[in-house]
Amino acid sequence: MHIVVCVKQVPDTKIIKINPKTNTLDRKSAPAILNPYDAHAVQEAVKVKQLTGGTISVLSMGPPQATEVIKKSIEIGADRGYLISDRAFAGADTLATSYALSKALERIGKDIPVDMVICGKHAIDGDTGQVGPGIARRMDIPPVTSVIEVSEVNVKEKTILIKRKLTSGYELIQAELPCLLTVEKEINEIEYAPMPNMIRAARYQPIIWTVNELENVDRAQLGLKGSPTVVGKMFTPPRPEGGKKLEGSADEQVKQLMDLLMDKKDLLTVQSTN
Amino acid sequence: MSLEEYRGVWVFIEQNDGKVEGVSLELLGAGRKLADKLEVPLAGVLLGEEIKTLSNNVISHGADEVYVIDHPVLKNYRTESYMKAVIYLAEKYKPEIFLYGATPNGKDLASAVATDLSTGLTADTTMLDIDLENRLLEASRPAFGGNIMATILCKKHRPQMATVRPKVMKALEVDSSRIGKIIEEKINLNEDEMRTKVLRIVNDVTKRANLADAHVIVCGGKGMGDEQNFQMLYELAETIGASVGGTRDVVEAGWLPHELQIGQTGETVTPKIYFAIALSGAIQHVVGMKNSEFIIAINKDPNAPIFDVATYGIVGDALEVVPKLIAQFKEIRSQKGGEISYA
Ligand SMILES: Cc1cc2nc3c(=O)[nH]c(=O)nc-3n(C[C@H](O)[C@H](O)[C@H](O)COP(=O)(O)OP(=O)(O)OC[C@H]3O[C@@H](n4cnc5c(N)ncnc54)[C@H](O)[C@@H]3O)c2cc1C
Ligand SMILES: Nc1ncnc2c1ncn2[C@@H]1O[C@H](COP(=O)(O)O)[C@@H](O)[C@H]1O
Repeated sequence: MHIVVCVKQVPDTKIIKINPKTNTLDRKSAPAILNPYDAHAVQEAVKVKQLTGGTISVLSMGPPQATEVIKKSIEIGADRGYLISDRAFAGADTLATSYALSKALERIGKDIPVDMVICGKHAIDGDTGQVGPGIARRMDIPPVTSVIEVSEVNVKEKTILIKRKLTSGYELIQAELPCLLTVEKEINEIEYAPMPNMIRAARYQPIIWTVNELENVDRAQLGLKGSPTVVGKMFTPPRPEGGKKLEGSADEQVKQLMDLLMDKKDLLTVQSTN
Repeated sequence: MSLEEYRGVWVFIEQNDGKVEGVSLELLGAGRKLADKLEVPLAGVLLGEEIKTLSNNVISHGADEVYVIDHPVLKNYRTESYMKAVIYLAEKYKPEIFLYGATPNGKDLASAVATDLSTGLTADTTMLDIDLENRLLEASRPAFGGNIMATILCKKHRPQMATVRPKVMKALEVDSSRIGKIIEEKINLNEDEMRTKVLRIVNDVTKRANLADAHVIVCGGKGMGDEQNFQMLYELAETIGASVGGTRDVVEAGWLPHELQIGQTGETVTPKIYFAIALSGAIQHVVGMKNSEFIIAINKDPNAPIFDVATYGIVGDALEVVPKLIAQFKEIRSQKGGEISYA
């Protein structure tokens, strides 16, 4: 079993600051982290490997600093890491990203054929969730998105049983391997990294490829050039106008609110049930 | 690619078990406006098994045309079969705009279709407009964790595609006198070629009905202090027949399960009455509830941003105010000897 997990380095949007004048991201305000969903993706690969054995590779596209998220993935339990890093990839939207990653996967697959690709549900900076299915299409393997459980992996039959989250409930899916999964957070809990992993991670150096090391690449499909979408403008979301603040003591305010509510016959009524 | 060849606004009609999803009807409402601006027809794309009768519902919600493909392989949603059908239709009829609900299936489908059509796709859109001069779709969405909005354009590729969040657009009033054209198409699909099988679908409507369809929601924030205090919100909810939700901080603290989180990364809700109690009103929370009809905020900080969206605000300690509210509602109920019902 060879599982490749796609991991992205993202700014921590929890503490990110936006420059209100330029409406751009103040990158210094936010530390770069491993996309939280991708951490769950690596963890799930570790769980599958415990059942089937095999190798876990992680793949990232980004600047040289993205080595950090590969090290983090090694800590969780990945065996090897690949980083594709080149100016030609810069400015990619989801279409161009999935193209570049699929080309790297093609090359990785030459060493050991890929049986499963796992991506996060989405990256918290772009928030699209489009890259995973895009990679699956380019590799021509079935995508299964919103995965909340990998229930069974049958290495011999090359099939997998998966629970996929729906708007209300879930569905049980059988898919042929190789396939691509995108995982939700609830799929697993990130476990504490064992000491040997930490030591290995600290020293680990990923394999780094530039565009020249990938094969049959159509450069017109990479980076900014290969991206059909562009950002037109950025703006602060319109703040709705506030209503009325009630006044007085707690009792008085509650009283006022009750009067207002009981007045709203189009909103609610108290009906006698007798 | 000649952009002029592409005309018309399309909406993917998501149906599950023969029932059209609410978001698809909302998109017909939004799509109608776009189509009118562009002076082109609005069409729905309906796939499934024995679903043709749903066409009338699509037309009465605003569509001029419905493209229907009926096939046993399309019974349940699957990326492989659905994308094949959608791509076939899009290549044949060339719409300029194609919208999908940002549901698990809608997002899955749109991502796959966009890859094969090599076109742009904007995710989780919350505002749609047209730049008429350039005939461009302006799809705006929250970026960087909702701290800011970005308008995404797709200038040189068609169709211009977007997934749109449920509950942010408005469906039109049903007009059963509307007439439209139903276009039936056939494609070749072979079950044996499908690499995925849906073995079982397990519906869990209870969870969903609780928030997404609730008339009244009591939503609590971190300011409730602890899990113990949070329980009083259940009592309020019970008294007035409401459902309980929470902010992300509350969910992360473990006071509430995941699926009861309201906001950008949780549920979007539009109840008649929304109680926002001891929560600050961070933008990521507000995007998930701001379309509620009547918002009541209780917060001890008079400058809390939640007051900017609240219809009425009570500045005070929730631990003091909520019990009073419960008492008042209980009293009114016992006076009138009845139940509270909502319009
Ligand atoms: C990418 C991203 C996605 C996110 N998605 C979501 C989401 O989907 N949903 C969501 O809710 N958040 C989301 N957030 C988090 C959001 O930014 C806020 O951190 C969160 O909503 C704050 O929760 P809170 O209001 O409960 O807590 P706080 O911000 O801590 O606010 C507590 C409030 O309670 C008030 N208070 C304290 N004690 C009392 C009292 N006794 N009586 C009355 N008032 C009191 C305080 O004045 C304060 O205003 C997201 C953030 C990011 C970065
Ligand atoms: N630059 C990248 N490098 C590696 N993986 C990525 C990259 N961008 C996206 N992904 C993968 O695709 C998933 C979805 O990302 P997105 O579509 O951008 O929300 C992420 O969780 C990652 O698994």
